[in-house]
Amino acid sequence: MTARVGVVTFPGSLDDGDAARAVRIAGAEPVRLWHGDPQLHGVDAVVLPGGFSYGDYLRCGAIARFAPVMEKIIDAAAGGLPVLGICNGFQILCEAHLLPGALTRNQHLHFRNRDQILRIEATGTAWTNTFQSGQEVLIPVKNGEGCYVADTATLDALEAEGRVVARYVGGNPNGSQRDIAAITNPAGNVVGIMPHPEHAVEALTGPSLDGLGFFTSVLKHLVGTPA
Amino acid sequence: MTTHPDPVREAPEAFPAQPHPAAASSAAAARHAAAPQATDWTDGVDTVPRADGTPEELQPYAELGLADDEYDRIRHILGRRPTQSELAMYSIMWSEHCSYKSSKVHLRQFTEKAPPSDRLLAGIGENAGVVQVSDELAVTFKVESHNHPSFVEPYQGAATGVGGIVRDILAMGARPVAVMDPLRFGAADHPDTARVLPGVVAGVGGYGNCLGLPNIGGEVVFDPCYQGNPLVNALCLGVLPVSRLQNKAAVGPGNVVVLMGAKTGRDGIGGVSVLASATFDEGSEQRRPSVQVGDPFIEKLLIEACLELYDAQLIAGIQDLGGAGLTCALTETAAAAGTGMRVWLERVPLREPSMQPHEILASESQERMLLIVEPAKLEAVLKTCEKWGVLATAIGEVTAPEPEGQPGRLLITWRDHVVVDVPPGSLVDDGPVYARPMREPADLILLQADRAETLPRPSDPDTLRETVLRMIASPNLADKTWVTEQYDRYVLGNTVLAQPEDSGVIRIDERTGLGVALSVDGNGRYARLDPYHGAKLALAEAYRNVAVTGAAPIAVTNCLNFGSPEDPGVMWQFAEAVRGLADGCAELGIPVTGGNVSFYNQTGAAAIHPTPVVGVLGLLANVADRVASGFVPRPGGEHEQLFLLGETHVELSGSEWAWVTHEHLGGVPPQVDLAREKQLAGLLAEAARVGHLSSAHDLSDGGLAQSLVESCLRHGVGARIAVPDRFEGGSMPFVFLFSESAGRVLASVPRGHEKAFTALCAEHGVPWELIGVTDQVGGALEVHGQFRIGLDELREAHTGTLPSLFGGVQPFEVTAPEALGVAADAVVAEGDTEPVAGSAEEPAMAAEVGAAEVEAAQVEAAEVGAPEVEAAEVEAAEVEAAEAADRPADRATPPVRTDRPTVVTSPAGATDQSADPTGDDAGAVAPRSDATEQPSTPDER
Repeated sequence: MTARVGVVTFPGSLDDGDAARAVRIAGAEPVRLWHGDPQLHGVDAVVLPGGFSYGDYLRCGAIARFAPVMEKIIDAAAGGLPVLGICNGFQILCEAHLLPGALTRNQHLHFRNRDQILRIEATGTAWTNTFQSGQEVLIPVKNGEGCYVADTATLDALEAEGRVVARYVGGNPNGSQRDIAAITNPAGNVVGIMPHPEHAVEALTGPSLDGLGFFTSVLKHLVGTPA
Repeated sequence: MTTHPDPVREAPEAFPAQPHPAAASSAAAARHAAAPQATDWTDGVDTVPRADGTPEELQPYAELGLADDEYDRIRHILGRRPTQSELAMYSIMWSEHCSYKSSKVHLRQFTEKAPPSDRLLAGIGENAGVVQVSDELAVTFKVESHNHPSFVEPYQGAATGVGGIVRDILAMGARPVAVMDPLRFGAADHPDTARVLPGVVAGVGGYGNCLGLPNIGGEVVFDPCYQGNPLVNALCLGVLPVSRLQNKAAVGPGNVVVLMGAKTGRDGIGGVSVLASATFDEGSEQRRPSVQVGDPFIEKLLIEACLELYDAQLIAGIQDLGGAGLTCALTETAAAAGTGMRVWLERVPLREPSMQPHEILASESQERMLLIVEPAKLEAVLKTCEKWGVLATAIGEVTAPEPEGQPGRLLITWRDHVVVDVPPGSLVDDGPVYARPMREPADLILLQADRAETLPRPSDPDTLRETVLRMIASPNLADKTWVTEQYDRYVLGNTVLAQPEDSGVIRIDERTGLGVALSVDGNGRYARLDPYHGAKLALAEAYRNVAVTGAAPIAVTNCLNFGSPEDPGVMWQFAEAVRGLADGCAELGIPVTGGNVSFYNQTGAAAIHPTPVVGVLGLLANVADRVASGFVPRPGGEHEQLFLLGETHVELSGSEWAWVTHEHLGGVPPQVDLAREKQLAGLLAEAARVGHLSSAHDLSDGGLAQSLVESCLRHGVGARIAVPDRFEGGSMPFVFLFSESAGRVLASVPRGHEKAFTALCAEHGVPWELIGVTDQVGGALEVHGQFRIGLDELREAHTGTLPSLFGGVQPFEVTAPEALGVAADAVVAEGDTEPVAGSAEEPAMAAEVGAAEVEAAQVEAAEVGAPEVEAAEVEAAEVEAAEAADRPADRATPPVRTDRPTVVTSPAGATDQSADPTGDDAGAVAPRSDATEQPSTPDER
């Protein structure tokens, strides 16, 4: 049976359609979840897409974190549900304390969109198990507030525990500490990533097909997970 | 958020639910006439009965920009003096902005000369033109200006410019799917450009990115003529199922009028505040600055809610609120249907409760739409709006036309007082029309005589090499990544090509691969030298940019940016440009579907260059066939052959080279041959479809040298070029590289396809010439016998300019905050004429202009006297008072040049250059051309 991957739409979500397309191209069935509907509709994994949920009012992700659907996602994540937060989704995961640290305004203060090389460092997560450790991938980055920050102890712990999932290579597009582009929780089921793997799944529209690996990884993970 | 389920019929009201408008009006009049003191202000407002009773009251119509005869005409239409609210409405709707009173007589040509098209579902006069592209799908696109607000407050001006055009597209029933932004600024190194450009770019990005619309192209042009009048044009593309096309007509008496979106505030009513202070003088100092402030989040919700309403077929009519706000939306929807309308103004949700009726009517608050809804569907509409968190309020209803086929009346009350009672068509269609005097600018003859072809040109390899590096680093030709990186080009996942490609290409049907290509272009220098041909050249360039992707051009939009129409010289430029564009579209067989006029881009007596910006839309049956502009690396480093299509003449007047190296503008612009452009487009479309093209790149500003450098740097693939014999000797290699002759394309053709490709060229009658090969191993651009420049050196020159001007730095080089502060101070102290490397803070500061700064900027703008009137859509309506204006004779026919690629007369008036071939070129690549397709000898003009 095809895996069902939920994609949440908040008011102001922008890349929800793209995330659903990536899920479909990877071979799973995308299920659209609505921010105000506190149901997960039996999905096997969830993607929190990019965008400006609730207009980024207050702080990016700060309001979305309290959406009815998020309560369920936070609970399910504790039980091992694979959750991928992309860009604004990453910000929401940090606001929800599913991941440590925070994403702040890019150091150069501009929105920046470019094709970015990342080095995948953690391949044990639910979303990166099809990559090789140290593999370099090309994924678009586009954000205004993607500068990852955390206190030194947290950064040290992330590195010591192998929870830095990906780092920027060949230039840090937003000033993130220690070039961090993606991190995971200790269990490896929750991943937050600033660049956009859903924009690198078709040769026609993306700079590479490297983004597909994130979505095929979760399928591989689900196959290996006893229901 | 709340939704106001406020059905009109249930409201306590002095009038019957469906009053006969005239009866209601007279009933109201009778009631108020009976009141003891009809001449007093009633609740602080000027009512219709009061206007009846005080015919001699002085009104500040002149301050609102209405002429004496225009005011008399209003009185004639109404049979009394207008109320304060009515006067405000007429002054807005009869402004240049809304009425096209100066441009109408000329814009008719777009309709009169339009080639027949069975694709056009909606054309000029609608919010945006709609073109059918398949059995099920249509696209709509339009470009508009937001020039003056962007000078006053760059961030919000540009942001609301994007917001406004997106709502136009949305109002047609389309999902907006992409934006583009042609931008023009003053001198790149002028301190004020450092204020305006970063703010505008951040505003375009801030709004478009947050709306989830990919930005797929545009222009960034610098010229001192735009110093006090930057041009911020914005284009939006939308896609809709043919069956979802929406109409603005307020049909169906009894239907409910719903205002949807943001609350109404005191923004964008600068003109009206004149009225207020002139009549009341009570607290006019409290008036807010007339800056519109955008909220893209609300617009995003508005888009999703509207699309859901369309799909559920819940609305009968829709109109966006932009310039002229509620006034325009109410009168246009009613006039379009011939119906009347009854509006309870106090139901409009306000940001500021103290707002007066005339302010509510004139407010240009953003992110609002007006819906016409059948009563039975009202609840469902309100529910959908509530789902998306969008405010929606029933504010009125559609009323029946007058008896005997007369249109209905627009009746507006405010707290039971009738403040407006007018025939809506009188505001929309009966505005003044002027055939303004026109005269060719006196300096034009001298300007055209001062040809750039006589300027000293580089004639040795070292100088030529230096010229290449200098040109590609000049602000207009330099890499624009600093700008385009601030725009999201990936969102929605259908962007097949985006900047720096010649066109943006968007897939509109994932199933079939159907897509469209879009390009916007303009060249103010060419238009200054010859507005008729300048407009045609802009059209030709946009057309060619679409064609190089392999798309078939099908439709045109335009944004006409000019100085003051009251200046006969400017009016002549405008008339010539319109005539050129209309003629050009007729020749190419593609219709103008809509557009926008922006006059008064003028500071004192100094107008901008006439700047017609032209957008062309093309169709690609399968976006997988699209051709990009960069040389493609091949496995094993295989060379591909480089062809130059079209003919190169000695055409340097108005060129980027003449401007950059000599600060020269004179002569006549390059020849434009639209028949040839059409053949070229036919060739490219077919060659793309059968796979003969690895890359294709348009030649325009900066000539062949610029295109070569851009194609090389795109994927880091070098090239080796041999100058054709005809261009050997003296400064002719320079002419080969920098002439700006139109109708040319640089194409790379994969091994094995050369013969078929050249045969196809012959079939389409397009001259071609083999000028070299790609070289992915050499890592350089080499012009044999002239120079060799490494790709790294080219890249450094090409990409360094904008960051050094506007302070783009790599984030990992950002210094500590305190150091930044010092740097910023230093910049201020030095007057900011030097590059600001190392300071990323400065542009961002400019982007976040505080209220005080806005006010200061407004004062400044007022002082320099740079009002801009923008018309909302190009509309060629019937004109009663239009007299045939004196049309200046077409410019003298330039030296005859045969169209066919037979050898043409050789240089007349050649200067120091002789085209003597100097022996055999021993390079690895010898130029070769088909004997029957020999391009003509370059001629001097």
